[in-house]
Amino acid sequence: MTDTPVLSVHDLVVEIPTRHGVLRPVDNVSYDIHAGEILGVVGESGAGKSMTGNAVIGLLDRPARIVSGEILLSGQPIQGLKRDVIRKLRGKKMGMIFQDPLTSLNPLLTVGDQLTETILEHLKVGQTEARKRAIAALEEVGIPAAAQRINSYPHEFSGGMRQRVVIALALCAEPDLVIADEPTTALDVSVQAQIVALLKRLCRERGVAVMLVTHDMGVIAEAADRVAVMYAGRLAELGPVREVLTQARHPYTAGLMASTPLASQGRKRLRQIPGSMPRLGALPTGCAFHPRCEFAQDKCRQEPGPTIDRCDGRAACWFPLTAKQEVSA
Amino acid sequence: MSALISVRDLTRVFDVSKPWLNRVIERLPRALLTAVSEVSFDVPENSVYALVGESGSGKSTIGKIIVGLVPPSAGSVEIEGVDLATETDAKKVEAVRDDIQMIFQDPFASLNPRWRVRNIIEEPVAAKGGKTNGLAEKLLEQVGLSAADAGKYPHEFSGGQRQRICIARALASEPRIIVCDEPTSALDVSVQSQVLNLMSDLREDLGLTYLFISHDLTVVQHMADVIGVLYLGRLVEEAPRDRLFNEPKHPYTQMLFDAAPKMDAFGREVDPPKGEIPDAINPPPGCAFHPRCPLATERCKTEHPEMRHIGETRVACHHAE
Repeated sequence: MTDTPVLSVHDLVVEIPTRHGVLRPVDNVSYDIHAGEILGVVGESGAGKSMTGNAVIGLLDRPARIVSGEILLSGQPIQGLKRDVIRKLRGKKMGMIFQDPLTSLNPLLTVGDQLTETILEHLKVGQTEARKRAIAALEEVGIPAAAQRINSYPHEFSGGMRQRVVIALALCAEPDLVIADEPTTALDVSVQAQIVALLKRLCRERGVAVMLVTHDMGVIAEAADRVAVMYAGRLAELGPVREVLTQARHPYTAGLMASTPLASQGRKRLRQIPGSMPRLGALPTGCAFHPRCEFAQDKCRQEPGPTIDRCDGRAACWFPLTAKQEVSA
Repeated sequence: MSALISVRDLTRVFDVSKPWLNRVIERLPRALLTAVSEVSFDVPENSVYALVGESGSGKSTIGKIIVGLVPPSAGSVEIEGVDLATETDAKKVEAVRDDIQMIFQDPFASLNPRWRVRNIIEEPVAAKGGKTNGLAEKLLEQVGLSAADAGKYPHEFSGGQRQRICIARALASEPRIIVCDEPTSALDVSVQSQVLNLMSDLREDLGLTYLFISHDLTVVQHMADVIGVLYLGRLVEEAPRDRLFNEPKHPYTQMLFDAAPKMDAFGREVDPPKGEIPDAINPPPGCAFHPRCPLATERCKTEHPEMRHIGETRVACHHAE
């Protein structure tokens, strides 16, 4: 691992001005991703996990905008760069894998055309070399008979194969960072296992830093090295996967883990976190999680939740759980 | 104990041919998709029977046939001894229809946005001219919402709350059977647990029978008494929950279990399953799973395996033991 992280996000704030006031889908989020590392970002819908990814890669839809904070790519700040500069970086330095492979491929171009276009745009190679590389990229992601399949259109591939093509597309210009936004959500279990294994292999072999955005704790447990748990736009907890999932410090993470049906716990009644995630327009005062938190105290109701620095960079909570404190079932 | 729902050799074929003119010009044969093929199972009263499978395995089609939204091509479904597709006595059919309700996957698409929650919930009773005084309020409280919510519209609720409204609607006609088609797939984890707990409570309080359709093995393991595993429209294995999870007999079931992400398997290196689900229009001959199966032999390529009983398990595989 090198000293400079591939991606370093500091105090990132994204705001969306609306008629009813300014919403903050991403609020003071900081994390690093090193080369060859997979950072999992989990959270429920509306937690701001996709928004963080889009902000990094410069794909925020207006009126959403980055208000403050720093995004460093290999030590270089990239926020506030001109659109065409970001455009060059996107693809060359950062690749993106979206949830739905059918909408992220152009249905009117063959897979080969889309790959060679990206390669020609970002690498200094000729047409024949680009095509060669495109075939190699398809082979690398495990598409059989790549030399023939390169002339196929996206609709001729199955869902899993399409997602492989999208991964090849994200990796063909040899980026340092790949942002995978729910890459397996639209896929079946058996295909999901293939794609997760593929991502892990590519990450290890190429030393790419991967930001894996998902809501599936199982995928995170298997694939990620470290995990960031998001709640209502803020980082709730950040740490190595094993520690966060087995010894959660933030009550939200603990609740999330307890409410997932586990093979080992059998038929026991599931623990439930009461209520649901607040809407961004109606965040409670104090810590955003306090109305659903069983450990909430007056301080949580009045003061906004702390940043994760307060608890060794692990949990953004005034009263983090200790190892002994189990969430009552 | 006789079964509440009894499914025998259920088959459903969909015609997915191109339009007539294209077929003539391009000289294409008719394309038939066998969504469900010779599926038989029984659901005893007050139990939870789960159907699991990947996309295209026919699990939703079976659910739709059972509630009567899709007619079967062959085979039969008997509910309380009445076959809805062939029964001629209208009274009997009506009585059975009252006893069966359905909960759908997407609570955003299955509630009419222009109806108030009260009307939505009362509709199954009101449509038959029943009395609906205070019914919606009572049901809303039963599913954990407040009676005052009856005057609101669906858009005022979150996903989990909407799914509760769907459950309340399903309960309105006091059914004995509820077919749940992926009831929690569209929900977040913390909300999913609320809905699953609610469904377990209602089952105990009201003595309901669930046909639970899902692709999520952990949810199925939590909810089901008996689980049927489907692959390409065929039932490949059926066993009581613990039996299935401890001793999966069919190679496909084993593959599914291995592939499912596990929360306690940090950095697990899996050898991912090979291949993908074949095209249902041209399924492989013999056992449909043979191209992906590690145990496949010549026999599997030609001969379709029959359902066999091994202990409590029913399995369709030449090599299972």
